[in-house]
Amino acid sequence: MRIGDYKENYAADEAVFVTPTSRFWLGVLFVCLAIFPFMAGEYLLYMANITGIAVVAALGLNILTGATGQISLGHAAFVGIGAYASAVLTNRFGLPLLLCLPLAGLASAFFGVLVGAPSMRMKGLYLCITTLAAQVIFEFFFVHWESLTGGIRGLNVAPPTIFGIDVGSEFGFYWVTLVVVIIAATMSRNIFRTRVGRAFIAIRDRDISAELMGINLFRYKLYAFAVSSFLAGVAGCLWVNHLKSITPEHFPLHESIRYLAMIIVGGLGNILGAIYGAIFMTLIPEVLSAALKFFEVYFPQAMSYLYPLQTIVFGFLIVLFLVFEPHGLAEMWCRVKAYFRLWPFKH
Amino acid sequence: MEFFLLLLTSGIAVGGIYALIALGFVLIYKATSIINFATGEFMMIGAYIFYTCSVLVGLPAIPSFLVVMAGAGLLGLLVERTILRHMLGQPTISIVMVTIGLSSILTGFAEMIWTSDFKSFPPLFPRAPIIVGDIIIRSNLFWGFVVAMTTVAIFALIFKYAKVGVAMRATAGDQMAAFSMGINVRSMFTIAWIFGAIAASIGGLIIGNIGGVQPNLGGIGLKIFPVVILGGLDSIGGAVLGGLIVGVVENLAGGYLDPMVGGGVKNIAPFVVLVLILMVRPYGLFGRKDIERL
Repeated sequence: MRIGDYKENYAADEAVFVTPTSRFWLGVLFVCLAIFPFMAGEYLLYMANITGIAVVAALGLNILTGATGQISLGHAAFVGIGAYASAVLTNRFGLPLLLCLPLAGLASAFFGVLVGAPSMRMKGLYLCITTLAAQVIFEFFFVHWESLTGGIRGLNVAPPTIFGIDVGSEFGFYWVTLVVVIIAATMSRNIFRTRVGRAFIAIRDRDISAELMGINLFRYKLYAFAVSSFLAGVAGCLWVNHLKSITPEHFPLHESIRYLAMIIVGGLGNILGAIYGAIFMTLIPEVLSAALKFFEVYFPQAMSYLYPLQTIVFGFLIVLFLVFEPHGLAEMWCRVKAYFRLWPFKH
Repeated sequence: MEFFLLLLTSGIAVGGIYALIALGFVLIYKATSIINFATGEFMMIGAYIFYTCSVLVGLPAIPSFLVVMAGAGLLGLLVERTILRHMLGQPTISIVMVTIGLSSILTGFAEMIWTSDFKSFPPLFPRAPIIVGDIIIRSNLFWGFVVAMTTVAIFALIFKYAKVGVAMRATAGDQMAAFSMGINVRSMFTIAWIFGAIAASIGGLIIGNIGGVQPNLGGIGLKIFPVVILGGLDSIGGAVLGGLIVGVVENLAGGYLDPMVGGGVKNIAPFVVLVLILMVRPYGLFGRKDIERL
């Protein structure tokens, strides 16, 4: 049981992971993440990679929607822009993966700022609809700007290399994803310890009050759009280098909604929440499909219900979390931790 | 010129149907300030109920139509009572996401019950095309437009003259004042959802009659956002005008621009217009500017 909260220097006060226990478990987590690829098969590594990519994108959306309060229905389009930018940079200019990652992010951030620009004059629902329009319009360009995006057939890229080492396999790419996820998570965590991040939160809580306190609303909203779509672009770059091909169908409105669902199920405005949510929402379809395979013995047609069932479960997760657990998985986890921290006492 | 008139008339006809679906959205938004992303799915469910009654059960058109209205009303009631009532006063993001989740649930159930195959209706309206001067209008488009506009007019009259309509307008205007005048505000919310669902499902029926029904029919529901933003979120007249504008813009863009770039402009043109209008008028053409107080 933890008692008291003594801090003797500034470094201790500013630490992200305050207690030795949490640092210990973080160490355990890193060791597990490092051992995992040697134990896991191809399929598990594939799942780990797509989960990691989802985590990066969800962290991005979490900054914009969770922390700044600007609803975006166009996040998948930004992931798509990153993916196309990366594919074009690799195929036409032969840039390596390490350069593509930030450049894809920047390309996405540029369009993010463009889409965020109307936030100068509108907010809330109207802005949400503008991002919906952006999603529809970008999708149109993915399909119809054939000279750049390859139209419906999409683009293929060669397996990526880093300093001559081939990371095209699931195993190799796992390390790339892992490093990017760690950097992205660290960055998002630290952004909220700076002036910019606190301004984001102030804007979410009450934009007028934030403005009265000297926060330039327009500028900080644009920052939020830029950072959020930068991460989306990085996720897109990972995506295309992982799957080695992209088509416009990879980035529909439904995908944007999936990202929103991730941060809601995980816990809005919470870094850990975005991570939990991304993992949870990526694994749910797999769990469902495994469950249906199990029932196939009793109901031979079970598998044909997989797709509608996924849609229903997806919807129910969103609704139930919002009605009964608005702060998401992160809050549930906190409660579990609090229970054990005080154990055997109740309060 | 003939081509232009053809596009214009079919645009107006489609626009009238959009206006009806948008009305389903506006009725709910006006009374409860809830943005219903599941309007398109209400439409789809309405069309499926009609399909079930008329094709599977074999009822004639009018009783099937009544069943659709009853079914849609029940759906609206159920949704309001079980889900949305918990969401009163929650932030926009939660409400938007709850209705998106709801649309996902409805789509999933529709696919489970009616499968994802394409279903078509028996013809509802006389087959003969309508000819005005040189222009020929497809009959289900024309009759669809007539039914849609009649429904909109009925709802507008209810809103203006019926007791329940006046009470709903009072609720939309000022909830506290409505409360103190003895209006049961909560039941007004329920009625708004019932009306909204009925309006949307009649729209679904018309659309289903033109192009058949499928679980992803609800995707058309996205088009109501340009409509309602153009017309202002809480204005019935605005919904009608917005619907007509979107229908016409969409058809003209589809007719003239699609052949040039190889399709797809039809679907994004309303959104492009939407962005342009929001740039100039951030609250839509007819929307009220909210006054915020701390």
